[in-house]
Amino acid sequence: MDNIAGTKSGLSWAVNLSVVFLVFLWLFPTVGLLVSSFRTADQIASSGWWASLGTQELNNPAIRLSGEEVAEGDIFVVEGTLFPDSSPTVLAWGTSSRATKAFGPGDTAELSKGRTVTVDAEGNFRMTAEESQEGARLPRVFTTTSSPPEFTFENYQLMLFDDSNLEGMAKAFFNTLTVTIPATIIPILVAAFAAYALAWMDFPGRALLVALVVGLLVVPLQLALIPLLKLHLGIGIGKGYIGVWLAHTGFGLPLAIYLLRNYMVGLPRDIIENAKVDGATDFQIFTKIILPLSFPALASFAIFQFLWTWNDLLVAKVFLIDSTGSTTVMTNQIVELLGTRGGNWEILATAAFVSIAVPLAVFFAMQRYLVRGLLAGSVK
Amino acid sequence: MHPAVLGIVTIVIGVSACLTYFWGSNLLLDKVIFPPRGPNAGRNINRANLIRPWLFLFPALFALTMYLVYPVVETFRLSVTDRDAGNAFVGAANYTQMLAEPKFWEAMRNNMLWLIVVPAMSTAFGLLVAQLTDRLSWGNIAKSLIFMPMAISFVGASVIWKLVYDARPAGTDQIGVLNALYIWFGGTEPNTWLTIPFWNNFFLMIVLVWIQTGFAMVILSAALRGIPEETVEAAIVDGANPFQIFFKIKVPQIMGTILVVWTTITITVLKVFDIVFAMTNGQWETQVLANYMYDKMFRANDWGVGSASAMVIMLLVTPILIWNVRNARKEMR
Repeated sequence: MDNIAGTKSGLSWAVNLSVVFLVFLWLFPTVGLLVSSFRTADQIASSGWWASLGTQELNNPAIRLSGEEVAEGDIFVVEGTLFPDSSPTVLAWGTSSRATKAFGPGDTAELSKGRTVTVDAEGNFRMTAEESQEGARLPRVFTTTSSPPEFTFENYQLMLFDDSNLEGMAKAFFNTLTVTIPATIIPILVAAFAAYALAWMDFPGRALLVALVVGLLVVPLQLALIPLLKLHLGIGIGKGYIGVWLAHTGFGLPLAIYLLRNYMVGLPRDIIENAKVDGATDFQIFTKIILPLSFPALASFAIFQFLWTWNDLLVAKVFLIDSTGSTTVMTNQIVELLGTRGGNWEILATAAFVSIAVPLAVFFAMQRYLVRGLLAGSVK
Repeated sequence: MHPAVLGIVTIVIGVSACLTYFWGSNLLLDKVIFPPRGPNAGRNINRANLIRPWLFLFPALFALTMYLVYPVVETFRLSVTDRDAGNAFVGAANYTQMLAEPKFWEAMRNNMLWLIVVPAMSTAFGLLVAQLTDRLSWGNIAKSLIFMPMAISFVGASVIWKLVYDARPAGTDQIGVLNALYIWFGGTEPNTWLTIPFWNNFFLMIVLVWIQTGFAMVILSAALRGIPEETVEAAIVDGANPFQIFFKIKVPQIMGTILVVWTTITITVLKVFDIVFAMTNGQWETQVLANYMYDKMFRANDWGVGSASAMVIMLLVTPILIWNVRNARKEMR
């Protein structure tokens, strides 16, 4: 359509703009979580993450004045700063929860019993009183402050490297890895042999077996939970890594066989027949010719299986995680955090991103194989 | 044993056991049982070739049978027995009990909504993006960014979207973008979107649409590329406008692929569990079948009704299963 006179500029603008809009829409939620994971808890709670690059306006909780009382002539004075640990700018302040922005920086508020309070822009206050306030409760000050945007690695420090943090993700990260790697490698091996037999060996019932594999592709794994758990408990595997590896192997096999068979069928017949004429056995043909040639399909499935096992919650919950919870995986840990720390976005965002980071890296590095696998798996 | 050590040991044992099995069984077949020499060499080779496919297939078939075929049968058996009554046969009692529960019907209603909305929206968005990016110089970057949610777990996506739907008390700054927009456009009270019955289902569905659009896009994009240029050029010569070209020339030609995408997403939807489990856990009338089943099996410990609801999911998948198998057999010929 590019070469038709007159239709190009307007339409192409519209197309570009709508794609920009769609990409923006699709990225916005994820970026939000990523940005949030680098913000401090205070800042997350007080402003939307999209405002994180601007100065942060904060409504601080009430601060009760405190300090050493000094007598100046006939009045008593308490001086100090409201923010000993940080240096925000005070935009407005007040002495009552009903009017938290009643005064600007530098104004003086008149309180009861002849007391006055002044707060300047840096957060220094000066309180004067006609009689000594020794032992009395000093007034509270509500402030609205602005501070420069602040980003921190502390959330990640807390969630990944702090051993004393029981909610940390380090252990779960490690457990997830332990589940994932064997659960990716073992089905590939088993499936590759079966796929070769289904693609290049002649035997009665081959078509039926292929149909069976296609049928099993869509069987919901929900059906398998109770019977297999019973089986695992019955034969003594119980809940644990071995059980979850076996389960992932079983559930991943149909797709693995299907993808690999479809790919192997497409390999040139000549190569295989020549090898046979030269006296190669099926086993040799498989290991020396088919397996190396099938690398793209093997990579596709490996990525699928990796993403699937890494991101899985249900299989791990049923076959792996026992009541002690020592083998919890990241997805499960996050769901638990959602329940207990619903509002603590600095924890949730960081935990989620720790678990998302690895699949995203794999995704961007090996996208080519993923796309190829998807196309082979569904369109064929 | 330390889990990492256990993992490595398992990989080594598993891989070498597999290799030993395949290598050893082939060797046994060729050298010992049917050696291709002596008086019966020819007959032996033929016999060995009859057996060999099954050697290659055996581990896979065994695992498939144990992990997929047997559970279907066993789940059916469990659904007609009662665990508390010593696994006695109870006929359809579990099913009638399930059908009498309002929660089940709520799950059914929601699942039907999911089945209509999610595949339709994902396919539509996927097709839209595929078409728009088709001739774009930066199309591949755009596609890869929209495809990205595919790599994110359902649980991760749930956290991402929970932040979008977050609500803070009225009067304070909203940190969830949906409420921020709502207030900005003149709304007064922020909404806790996930607790508004009926509509909250759609807020959950958006999460899955967001994930699945990339999948639809990748496949439909490849299909669009496969359309013969001549048909499009002929339409241009005949004076068709871009919309006519898209709807009358391109879409009909990729109808088969659209159907495949639709059914694939349908299956994903039927199994959707993590999103509901993590975001609402079926509260506020957002129950779906897979989560209902999990509730029954692992919280209520009612294996009978749980299995019955699993069979309902299986029943819903069956038409697609048959359709897929028939298609596959057609291709084999």
